[in-house]
Amino acid sequence: MLKVENLQVYYGGIHALKGIHISVEKGQIVTLIGANGAGKSTTLRAIVGLVRPRSGSVKFLGNETTRLSTHQIIKQGIGIAPEGRRVFPNLTVLENLELGAYNTGGKDLEVSLDWVYTLFPRLKERHKQLAGTLSGGEQQMLALGRALMSRPDLVLLDEPSLGLAPLIVEEVFNTIQTINRQGATILLVEQNAMAALHVANYAYVLETGSVTLEGPGQQLLQDERVRKAYLGED
Amino acid sequence: MTGTILFQQLINGISLGSLYGLVAIGYTMVYGILRLINFAHGDLLMFAAYTAIYLIGIFTLPWQISFPLAMVITGLMGIVLDRCAYRPLRDAPRISLLISAIGASFLLENLAIVIIGGIPKGFPRPPMFDHVITILGVRVQVLTLYTPVITIVLLLGLLYIVYRTKVGKAMRAASKDFEATRLMGINLDRVIAITFFLGSFLAAAGGIMWAMKYPQVNPFMGVFPGLKAFIAAVLGGIGNIVGAVIGGFLLGLGEIMIVAFFPEVSQYKDAFAFVILILVLLFRPTGIMGEPMIDKT
Repeated sequence: MLKVENLQVYYGGIHALKGIHISVEKGQIVTLIGANGAGKSTTLRAIVGLVRPRSGSVKFLGNETTRLSTHQIIKQGIGIAPEGRRVFPNLTVLENLELGAYNTGGKDLEVSLDWVYTLFPRLKERHKQLAGTLSGGEQQMLALGRALMSRPDLVLLDEPSLGLAPLIVEEVFNTIQTINRQGATILLVEQNAMAALHVANYAYVLETGSVTLEGPGQQLLQDERVRKAYLGED
Repeated sequence: MTGTILFQQLINGISLGSLYGLVAIGYTMVYGILRLINFAHGDLLMFAAYTAIYLIGIFTLPWQISFPLAMVITGLMGIVLDRCAYRPLRDAPRISLLISAIGASFLLENLAIVIIGGIPKGFPRPPMFDHVITILGVRVQVLTLYTPVITIVLLLGLLYIVYRTKVGKAMRAASKDFEATRLMGINLDRVIAITFFLGSFLAAAGGIMWAMKYPQVNPFMGVFPGLKAFIAAVLGGIGNIVGAVIGGFLLGLGEIMIVAFFPEVSQYKDAFAFVILILVLLFRPTGIMGEPMIDKT
């Protein structure tokens, strides 16, 4: 579904991504894990066209999207919950969700809204409230819900557990599995390697701009190097 | 001062203020999204007035068609302005954008001198606006009464677009977060273009009414109303549409009342607005209705 090949990104003089290869198959949960600054978010930003790669290619559903602008890439069927949630604080919960479905109209909107409200009943209760007044966990749910509103083929999640209490983190990961079972393909960027590997079909470990390790999630959980570096074991 | 004169000045103040407000909306909308003071905005008044003159004079269209058409053309001019002067600088430091705005303003004024010439032209005011009626013993030109009514109608239309339509939602989203807006699959450049269109369309309405009120159209006619409207936008709380109109009304009323009550300082009428600007910036930089503005990434 998504194929990233030899992606090279520079920020000024800094070589941020040094030839990344990633592949996401339909129906999977794929995760990118790694330390701060390893290039996880940069990879996502390059996929959606917020940063321009110097070379390499991104193909989504067989189409080359590398040179398209962000809104064109999103329209092909991608939903994203960006790092830091980035909900629109001056808009209501409902308006935020409606913006998630900007390019889908009318009847589909009601269907998507019902779906998201079923996943996150809390959002329904608060639909008239300004997003800026929600708690951190609720904002994350809104960011997730908003990413789902367009019924995307691929959902990109950037650090959905960041800054949330452990209980809420669990809830978020449960939801990720639920929407995956309902047919969404997911590319998950996470610092919380343990939680991410538990839910992932396949995982990539990023270190300073390169993929240093990859394999099925369960397999990486057993891997000596991963356990040492990311799961805090000696 | 008699009640009649006070009433007369009140009407004049509201009328002038509504013009400031109409123009202030454009400043505030563009600022809300781009954090840019669009200094070329005032020159769109001049652009609209000349466009209306030529539509009536050369194409001999009736004013009922010329005026709305001039407003649409000015709206499109706003889009051209954004496309040429601001869009290439979307990722540049904000100061570059400001310099570009000042440059665009000078360009428009001097282009007008080159193409049209600096000699003021009369504005063909439609006779229906010339009528004078008497309310409560005060003789008022109907134009003075139409002005605030037209302003309020346009304001309501704009508020409907901003708060009740899809593109309005996208505009409000863009005013907070460009990147997240694009991540919703929204064509940000189009949203910005529509913002410029709307602001310029309203400025054109202001420009045409201004030209009817003071029927001397020249290449620099937009400079002072533009500055005053900018002050009105700051006074109302820049970024806030309703605030811009309220700021406009207050500034217009203030100016007229100063002259009415203190005729000896009437020469300093224009200074009044700038004193207000300084006071607002010193003591309440967010204006009447503004919220603290955070810089956008």
